[in-house]
Amino acid sequence: MPQFQTEQRETWITGIGIVSSLGVGLTATWDALQLGHINVDRKTYAPWMVHPLAPLNLDTQIPKKGDQRQMEAWQRIGTYAAGLALDSAGIKDDKEILAQTDMIVAAGGGERDLDVDAAILTSRADAKSGALNERLMNDLRPTLFLAQLSNLLAGNISIVHGVSGSSRTFMGEEAAGVDAVRIAWARIASGQSEVALVGAAHNGERREMLMLYECGGFNLKTDFASVWSRNGSGFALGSGGVFLVLESKTHAEHRRAKPLARLVNVVSGHSSRSTPGGVESVLGGLWASLGVTDNATAIYTAATGAALATAEEAAFLSAHEDVPVRAVGSSFGHLSEAQFPLALALGSLSLSRGALVPPTDTSGRETEVDVMPDRIVAVGVGHWRGEGMALLEAVS
Amino acid sequence: MMAPTETNLESVRKTHNAKAAMRDGRDRPIVVVTGMGVITSLGEGKTENWAKLSAGQSGISTIRRFSTHGLKTRIAGTIDFVEVKPFSSTTLAERLADIAIEEAVAQSGIGRKGDFPGPLFLGLAPIEVEWPQREEIARASGAGTIDYDVLLRASGGGHFANVHARYMFGSVADHICETFGTKGSPISVSTACASGATAIQLGVEAIRRGETDAALCAATDGSVNAEAVVRFSLLSALSTSNDDPGGASKPFSKNRQGFVMAEGAGALVLESLEAAQSRGAKILGVIAGCGELADTFHRTRPKPDGLPIADCMRNALTDASMTCNQIDYINAHGTSTPENDKMEYVGTAAVFGDHARKIPVSSNKSMIGHTLSAAGIIEAVFTFLTLEHQRIPPTINYDIPDPAIPFDVVPHKARDVRVATGMSNSFGFGGQNVSLIMRREVN
Repeated sequence: MPQFQTEQRETWITGIGIVSSLGVGLTATWDALQLGHINVDRKTYAPWMVHPLAPLNLDTQIPKKGDQRQMEAWQRIGTYAAGLALDSAGIKDDKEILAQTDMIVAAGGGERDLDVDAAILTSRADAKSGALNERLMNDLRPTLFLAQLSNLLAGNISIVHGVSGSSRTFMGEEAAGVDAVRIAWARIASGQSEVALVGAAHNGERREMLMLYECGGFNLKTDFASVWSRNGSGFALGSGGVFLVLESKTHAEHRRAKPLARLVNVVSGHSSRSTPGGVESVLGGLWASLGVTDNATAIYTAATGAALATAEEAAFLSAHEDVPVRAVGSSFGHLSEAQFPLALALGSLSLSRGALVPPTDTSGRETEVDVMPDRIVAVGVGHWRGEGMALLEAVS
Repeated sequence: MMAPTETNLESVRKTHNAKAAMRDGRDRPIVVVTGMGVITSLGEGKTENWAKLSAGQSGISTIRRFSTHGLKTRIAGTIDFVEVKPFSSTTLAERLADIAIEEAVAQSGIGRKGDFPGPLFLGLAPIEVEWPQREEIARASGAGTIDYDVLLRASGGGHFANVHARYMFGSVADHICETFGTKGSPISVSTACASGATAIQLGVEAIRRGETDAALCAATDGSVNAEAVVRFSLLSALSTSNDDPGGASKPFSKNRQGFVMAEGAGALVLESLEAAQSRGAKILGVIAGCGELADTFHRTRPKPDGLPIADCMRNALTDASMTCNQIDYINAHGTSTPENDKMEYVGTAAVFGDHARKIPVSSNKSMIGHTLSAAGIIEAVFTFLTLEHQRIPPTINYDIPDPAIPFDVVPHKARDVRVATGMSNSFGFGGQNVSLIMRREVN
């Protein structure tokens, strides 16, 4: 745990926004999980599969059509989810608070124009002749760049929702999602910030992203199975956006906001993936630094299903076999930067509702519980880099 | 228990005062710089860069790396003396970062080789698969008509595992973390053209929180490839003065017509004053304050009243517990676009009042171009060199002053003057604003 030189302040999660393949908003998400719904599209990209986004009524969170047109799907998903989180925290229209709200977004890049790419590659317009330049100059939509820049999800959230205290975008796949939460939390806990909007968005319905993960051999193909039953065959990308409002207890109490959960600590690490046991060992260290006991604790993991990462995470979990586990990826697919925020959001929701989400796995890894734990540890292990954990507690 | 003697009290007072001297006016650890590195189109390292910068030389040239046929802009501040084969903007960015960090870490003498005792904060451009790799996968498909279904089917089987490894957003930070042995999870940050400044700010905050005694802050950009030039061109952001590369970047001039894309990297080793002094490190300067504020007005344009820019500068002054009359020099964002330079004046004037016409305000970009994600940190390094040499590098190409921007831009020639404190501003697409305040002396 970081040794802050000032006394560590209590941090609450006071707002959550989720959109995903399972629905829009907390109630729809929770209900879908209770029913064990899994929304996976095996046809559109066969043999690959994705968890497609549930339909959004964009006007409810992005009222100006002009704003909607300026964004590509990943930005619309994120801006929508951020709006839900601000609504959930009750600060959506509070200009004074929004002007002080610090924002950390974890982001990849935006959608490419696949038709332009395909036409250029088909025409063999290579760079040496300069033909590539002409095609790009003529065919690219001028404002597409703004829908691709990583920091423009945060930019759109500032424009659409008025969040303007600060704006930072972390990049780096799953680890960016962990560190976004970690830094937002550390700033509040140490008194550098009072309220923060943190989260990420991911559009999994993108052939160019499938291509990138196919290059690395990470895509789940053929049979769909829960994260624990895939034998390392990878992940199915999912679409979704997850944002959380973190707030100092003092700030929240002052405006009479109710906590969904207490965020006690967030830690992250960087194992060497070329060393066998590296992930397991880093996870052990992170767990120890949280100072929790197995008793009365549950784990919500953002496990991907990638071979090495998930096998080592499973080995770590085996050392804590009495701790109930839920892998969010089985239900939602893999949301990359948003996967750890998703595990954290579902953990908070579960603590506030007094129930774990049902198991989604038949391998024996996930089991029912008799007594609701009062702590949940969110775990994130990136498919190729980065490990993290966050400790949540129920606020009685 | 014995009553404290006079000598004991004196010793307690001394210890107390010594500890207090390590903290700033807000009782936070003072954050100092003990190592700096830089590489730009002017050259490699602080010595060469400073010599050329203070002599008013331009690093901008005609692009030779790739065919510019059909492009409106054919000039840039490319770094052609560092070769990366096969060319990839991401690999160049990584190489430039290595060079700058090597210099900074060596100067600071911190840690051991490959064992930096703190976290990494890296400002970086967004990463994506580039055209040569896309073309390679298309060729491997053997198909005549290419679409992404074809590419997707051709990309598996492990033949292109290197494409995945190279084009992960975290790949550059991962490489630096492993090479220099930084601790914990390395953070890559993008706040567009303010990324370098944000990397510094993240390091300052971590030290102030007491999480670490040291941080490695770096930022890098190797973006000059065809698609990147086209993207900025299509937004009408770039200068098209192709026949006069050295004269193309003219911040604050009436006839400015866009920025010049450029490459580069910078690195700072930050430490708490206490840690730096206890290991006897030479202190190069102090990061006295950081300010930021997001503009909610527009995706690419600042709010017309300049207030977000002004409030960002005010936030930095407040953070540094300083007033604007304590600032001796402003290292401007000064991109040479019509919009930025005007708004930068309006914002600065709103904070500094009449003083805005008197403070020297120069733009390094007149010489090195706009190094984009790296600009904030490169210009921070140059601001510290300005403080060290008591010499303000000029704004070159200032032949036709813009009467709407009555800054003292230190035109054409460097100026020798007493400079104790400098402010460096960075503004980026997406409403990103960051201001840093730097001091030469610890107290």
